[in-house]
Amino acid sequence: MTVTNHTEKTDHVNVVIDGIEMEVPKGTLVIRAAEQIGIEIPRFCDHPLLTPVAACRACLIEIDGVPKPQPACAQVLSEGMNVRTQRSSEMARIAQEGVMEFLLVNHPLDCPVCDKGGECPLQNQAMTVGRAESRFEGEKRTFPKPINVNAQVLLDRERCVSCARCTRFAEEIAGDASLELLERGAQQQVGTANDEPFESYFSGNVVQICPVGALTSASYRFRSRPFDLVSVPTTCEHCASGCSLRTDYRRGTVTRRLAWDDPEVNEEWSCDKGRFAFAYLANGRIDSPLIRENGELRSASWPEAMHFAAAGLAAAGTSAVLVGGRATIEDAYAYSKFARVVLGTDNLDFRARASSTEEAEFLAAHIAGTTLDVTYADVETASQVLLVGFEPEDESPILFLRLRKGVKKGVTVHTVGPLYSLGSEKLSAHWIKANAGSEAQAIKGLDSEVISALDSNSIIFVGERAASSPGALSAVSQLGAKTGARIAWVPRRAGERGALEAGALAGLLPGGRPISDPTARTEIAQAWNIDADSLPAVGVTGNELISAIAQGSINALITAGVDPSDLPNGSELTAGIENADFVVALENHHSEITQRASVVFPVAVVTEKSGSFMNWEGRNKPFSAAFREALTLTDAGVLSMLASAMDVQLNGDTRALRKEMNSLQPWSGSRTELKPHADSVPVGTTLATWRLLIDSSVMQEGEPHLAATARPSLVAVSSAMFEQLGKPEVITVTGPKGSITLPAQVAEVSSESVWLPMNSPESHIYAQLGCGYGEVVTVKGGAA
Amino acid sequence: MLELPAAVRGFGVTFGTIFKKVVTEQYPEDASKYPPKPRFHGRHQLNRWADGLEKCIGCELCAWACPADAIFVQGADNSAEERFSPGERYGRVYQINYTRCIFCGLCIEACPTRALTMTNEFELADNNRADLIYEKQDLLGPMLPGMLAPPHEMVPGTTDSDYYANKITGSVPEQSGPQQNNSQEGAPEQGGAE
Repeated sequence: MTVTNHTEKTDHVNVVIDGIEMEVPKGTLVIRAAEQIGIEIPRFCDHPLLTPVAACRACLIEIDGVPKPQPACAQVLSEGMNVRTQRSSEMARIAQEGVMEFLLVNHPLDCPVCDKGGECPLQNQAMTVGRAESRFEGEKRTFPKPINVNAQVLLDRERCVSCARCTRFAEEIAGDASLELLERGAQQQVGTANDEPFESYFSGNVVQICPVGALTSASYRFRSRPFDLVSVPTTCEHCASGCSLRTDYRRGTVTRRLAWDDPEVNEEWSCDKGRFAFAYLANGRIDSPLIRENGELRSASWPEAMHFAAAGLAAAGTSAVLVGGRATIEDAYAYSKFARVVLGTDNLDFRARASSTEEAEFLAAHIAGTTLDVTYADVETASQVLLVGFEPEDESPILFLRLRKGVKKGVTVHTVGPLYSLGSEKLSAHWIKANAGSEAQAIKGLDSEVISALDSNSIIFVGERAASSPGALSAVSQLGAKTGARIAWVPRRAGERGALEAGALAGLLPGGRPISDPTARTEIAQAWNIDADSLPAVGVTGNELISAIAQGSINALITAGVDPSDLPNGSELTAGIENADFVVALENHHSEITQRASVVFPVAVVTEKSGSFMNWEGRNKPFSAAFREALTLTDAGVLSMLASAMDVQLNGDTRALRKEMNSLQPWSGSRTELKPHADSVPVGTTLATWRLLIDSSVMQEGEPHLAATARPSLVAVSSAMFEQLGKPEVITVTGPKGSITLPAQVAEVSSESVWLPMNSPESHIYAQLGCGYGEVVTVKGGAA
Repeated sequence: MLELPAAVRGFGVTFGTIFKKVVTEQYPEDASKYPPKPRFHGRHQLNRWADGLEKCIGCELCAWACPADAIFVQGADNSAEERFSPGERYGRVYQINYTRCIFCGLCIEACPTRALTMTNEFELADNNRADLIYEKQDLLGPMLPGMLAPPHEMVPGTTDSDYYANKITGSVPEQSGPQQNNSQEGAPEQGGAE
């Protein structure tokens, strides 16, 4: 450190810790400063992301001039402070030993049966600063154990050291403040009011941050001991938040997943879906290639299936590729390349959900090729945040936590939509009412106050639902241009952002290059070592693509991770697949599509392959395989074999694909414009719906404890509509296909909309109602 | 002094030994005459409480202590329908691989409930590897008089602490509820064998 630097730092203080002089920024806590010079002070309640409470008293230290020991986790360093820890102060050492002895008085010491045993801060610190023998001769406090704080999280109250980490997490981070410390003295315990369950999408985090074994999860309880688990870092495959996770496995089986530290993305948190939904990785997998013979699928060897698929694809006419939203960026790139080079088609889409042409144009104009334009860090410092067709708590829970952090720092959140949800409440959001399907009008008719508040430091977050609201994306684009606010697109699925970047969408080559642009074609043709003229012309996407399949103008298809029940026009797709000449499915689980496919290739799941997911920011989050010995192939690997069976060389190695993508320069040429799309005002009551975080999705199957923490399926209506319907107990919503009857809930819903979950138990919108978001439905009090 | 011829002298040891006590043990013919010492480290045994419940709590400390990585344990929850041990947790899978075990006894020192002890049985040879992986049913101690094969309830009115304090003297008739019928010598479903 230079002298000039030294004098400039007026916001720093000079302190001495254990005789070591140091300079730290003002406001630094003693415990953080001590960490920097490698002095470890015992602690339980201290957590860098939570506010200090000094509840456990384990970190007592001596400060010169202060008569009593002080807690290092809550003591802010001031100029000239001389701190002495247990290393140099007898007072601190005795105080710490005394606290440890008190903490162990009521602790059951049932380490052999405790899930935390082996990775327990209490166990470790009792060994370093505790006494070898207890002097306590009385009866230990006991509680009936364990009790459920919710279906997933179990509480053994006697192990608790009342550090208040869980209660602070619930209140400060998740915003679900129902977990509290109850009672007084020795009876102090963690609990919820009236023993109601702790409802939170983030409840698994309290298990992870508990410094003792008081909080455990039902799904991991007694399943293994930490010391014989093998841990590998991974990236969550559930949503586009891009969390770093740690996968722990034992003997080829994943036993648990934990949030891993990525300060730029998930900090140290994860949602319950990412943490607990992993049974699908092992259950019900397709284990060998299947080919259809005389109308029946039978298992076949890889070479046989390859030749069958190659011959079938070569014989069929026009083809298309549906990538789904679950592919890694490398796999998506392989599909993108395979379609253009091997199949010679641009009929390509990664959006296996409700989508629109407007959305494809919006993505090409604003999102593709613009990585890290808006980041998590920007969320904390933004002036205004506008959410359009986006419910962060359900659709990108880690972004929701960051928004909450931002709100605490003064960010104002506006949400445009038909429901003022629990999540909006937790963000103290300003609600811009819009009936489902008429978001465009709401955006165009924004208050001048809101518009003038939007500046270049504001962010507009657009969710996947904006595609179901005609004109909404055009309105967002215009609003962005007018105010200078930055636009970020937050898809729900982990692979969508990467697939967009990889060019797995008709009209777009990798890196956001328009396929109609001659320069872009030349660049890509060079990288792919082909003639630019051989690149196909612009293909069709979304609903047009599905109609083309249904009408038979596209008669060969490759699908990957597509479930027709996720699509509003899923029955059209299944009918099209039924009639198509040749369908190749790359799947790891059986689905409506594999039942009709001509060839099915099993592919690797995230634990068996390496790759990377690109999160909504455009941040690349690579991960490597947990089970390297797995005998499964990645999607790119299968495509490579298929290509060589069709006499085209296509490298299927993940690292080579990554390298090839990286070698492409960022696109600096012109982008396609988003032509303003007309908005339509639906007449009548419209359907508002989205997928809840914990619902009936395929990747959450086999997790009964997680499923039990899901929010109940209800029909939410405004109080006016509730009165109008005659205050019924249940409400029936009817669409073209049928109806759904669910308990009524009065909520803040816009007057002409009715909300129900999209894919929850007893509420499968597409299958039961036959219509989607923003479409007109009839609402009736009582059962059908 | 008269010196014996060298040829005779060479037999001195031989003839002297003829009249000494024989030290050769006739194994296996007379094996019962020569039992191992009481503290000999032989095959392991998983012990039971006096009422037949298993002492093993599936904590895996034996597996962790094992220097030869010969032990595999997987814990599970005791449920209201199926109780195998007092308390919350029991060892659902318990395997010792005797092709790896070095009989050092660190596992029995690690055991917090004295569920795992060693017997004097040393005749463990076999002609294939698979049979040398002993499963839980091979290791569990015998059902002594007064014991009842798990799964069954704890002795009514007692807690797991009473078991650990050795206050249980045997099973009582109330414990033989409907659970008894589906028990198979205390061996639950075996899994995880690899």
